[in-house]
Amino acid sequence: MPIDKFTTLESTYVPLPVENVDTDQIIPARFLKATSRDGFGENLFRDWRYTSDGKENPDFVLNQSEYSGEILVGGKNFGSGSSREHAAWAIHDYGFKVVVSSFFADIFQNNALNNGVLPVMVSPEFLSNIFDAVQENKEQKIVVDLENQSISLNGKSESFDINPYKKNCLLNGFDDIDFLLARKEKIEAFEANN
Amino acid sequence: MEPKTLFDKVWDAHVVEKIEGGPSVFYIDKHLIHEVTSPQAFSGLEARGMKVFRPENTIATPDHNIPTENQHLTIKDELSRKQVETLTANCEKNNITLYGLNHPYNGIVHVVGPELGHTQPGMTLVCGDSHTSTHGAFGAVAFGIGTSEVEMVLATQCILQPKPKKMRITIDGELQKGVTAKDLTLYVIAQLGTGGATGYFVEYAGSAVSSLSMEGRMTVCNMSIEMGARGGMIAPDQTTFDYVEGREFAPKGEDWTKALAKWKELKTDEGAKFDKEYVYKASDIEPMLTYGTNPGMGIGISGSIPTAKDVDPTELPTFKKSLDYMGFGLGDKLLGKKVDYVFVGSCTNGRIEDLRMLAVAVKGKKKADSVTAWIVPGSKQVEKQAIEEGLVEILEEAGFKMRQPGCSACLAMNDDKIPAGKYSVSTSNRNFEGRQGPGARTMLASPLTAAAAAITGVVSDPRELF
Repeated sequence: MPIDKFTTLESTYVPLPVENVDTDQIIPARFLKATSRDGFGENLFRDWRYTSDGKENPDFVLNQSEYSGEILVGGKNFGSGSSREHAAWAIHDYGFKVVVSSFFADIFQNNALNNGVLPVMVSPEFLSNIFDAVQENKEQKIVVDLENQSISLNGKSESFDINPYKKNCLLNGFDDIDFLLARKEKIEAFEANN
Repeated sequence: MEPKTLFDKVWDAHVVEKIEGGPSVFYIDKHLIHEVTSPQAFSGLEARGMKVFRPENTIATPDHNIPTENQHLTIKDELSRKQVETLTANCEKNNITLYGLNHPYNGIVHVVGPELGHTQPGMTLVCGDSHTSTHGAFGAVAFGIGTSEVEMVLATQCILQPKPKKMRITIDGELQKGVTAKDLTLYVIAQLGTGGATGYFVEYAGSAVSSLSMEGRMTVCNMSIEMGARGGMIAPDQTTFDYVEGREFAPKGEDWTKALAKWKELKTDEGAKFDKEYVYKASDIEPMLTYGTNPGMGIGISGSIPTAKDVDPTELPTFKKSLDYMGFGLGDKLLGKKVDYVFVGSCTNGRIEDLRMLAVAVKGKKKADSVTAWIVPGSKQVEKQAIEEGLVEILEEAGFKMRQPGCSACLAMNDDKIPAGKYSVSTSNRNFEGRQGPGARTMLASPLTAAAAAITGVVSDPRELF
């Protein structure tokens, strides 16, 4: 599946200052029964977003209209737990293009990148500035520039790491399968030698 | 020649091509699939007009979504049934071996692979499930992948992977009586935290690890992901070879001799470098239990939940939120807390040895009436063996009923859900909020600690009971 191209994004953001947000919170297992990739956004953070009788939980940030935007900002160790790519699909389907945290779980990071969602890892100080700034001004924006690998808030910037290969994929909307398919001969040669 | 770690040896032998400044094209020997994370990969392949590249290297079994009662009937839940049927159709279309529901080899993917001899030392093995790290117990490089990566493996038998860093965790000495492989792994995770091994591939070493059975080693490697590690592995030795030999899909005759000679080379060379090392003493480990909502929140069963001064102030709000969810307070003792449900099963503790441990513990005793116990074997083979060994009879006499194999209450995708607010002592791998059902409160533990809770109806120390 070709992914969306990503270059720069300037957007308001949704703060979720909770550590260790695991993939069971992002999308609970009982919503993994689909056979397509679509529609998972509806159940993003299901059990935090809705009460047990199905009503919107007014205390949860996705139900607070003053917070919006294409950037989700989470606490340390975002995306731990299960390998379910449905977590990345749900975040993408809801409309987020970037997730910011001070630390990401491995598999989630891969899954996000494979779906055109950019995980941006910032320092703990920068993260706490992001959380503070939005309390003062709900219209606060973040600028994420992939080409220059920088994230800015209120004139302060920080650079972030991304594998050069993955960066190129995102900038151009390439996916890994095309890359691998172009190497079929090498793969067959490897098989013949092993 | 520079000394290499076990991980280096297996990893390096599977690199097809190293991409400058990028990941490697990494060859996969064995690909396991199940009904939940594969359908979108097959449809992706179809959209490209492609078929599976090496169908003989993929094995399928439905496990996550299946009922654990009345498996001979049509699956009632429409969406679950559709997922299982889609897996069957995809396997038929692509010539993939399927151990479908009611097949004698059906079961949890990470129980089935090893018990049939599909999992072998020195292999690379992936599955769209984070507990694929289980297979590392055989000295394989095994890890969980996302669905896009499942599609890559189906299309090319390869994925693109940067090489993780290397960590060694050594546990020396002897485990105390009543302390199991599960306690060992919960102890390590409590030390490192849920993100403590993120970015690393772990090798477990030391006398406490090498004296574990294969089942115990699988339990330890299984939980590697719970501290963020890409995977965990243990060097193969005589215990490994004895386990693999004679299994249906293990090499036979001359092939066995050849394979064995290769497998004996699979160990970390003297002087090989790790990016990080941790050393623990087995004698420090007591039966472990989790009190919070991630597997790193574990303590020895006689201990108390940390108080505010023991917690990093920036993490205190999340910590308190977690205790609120569990209905526990700062500084609480766990011993004596009420238990409503006991779950013994999952890819962590659903093997024959786990059922034996449970049966020996509860023999001649009675389950507390207040406890609902779900005993779920990891596979049809485990179920069969448990019947043949008389374990089921012992369990039934003690008031336990064995259900049919599957992932069951570990992730509660089927009907096996712990009700909101109820306490469960579970041998599974995750205590996340809602993991065992919306509002369910999970305490992770070993089969022995689960047995103790089932007998007494409260959190109890298995060392005092059995």
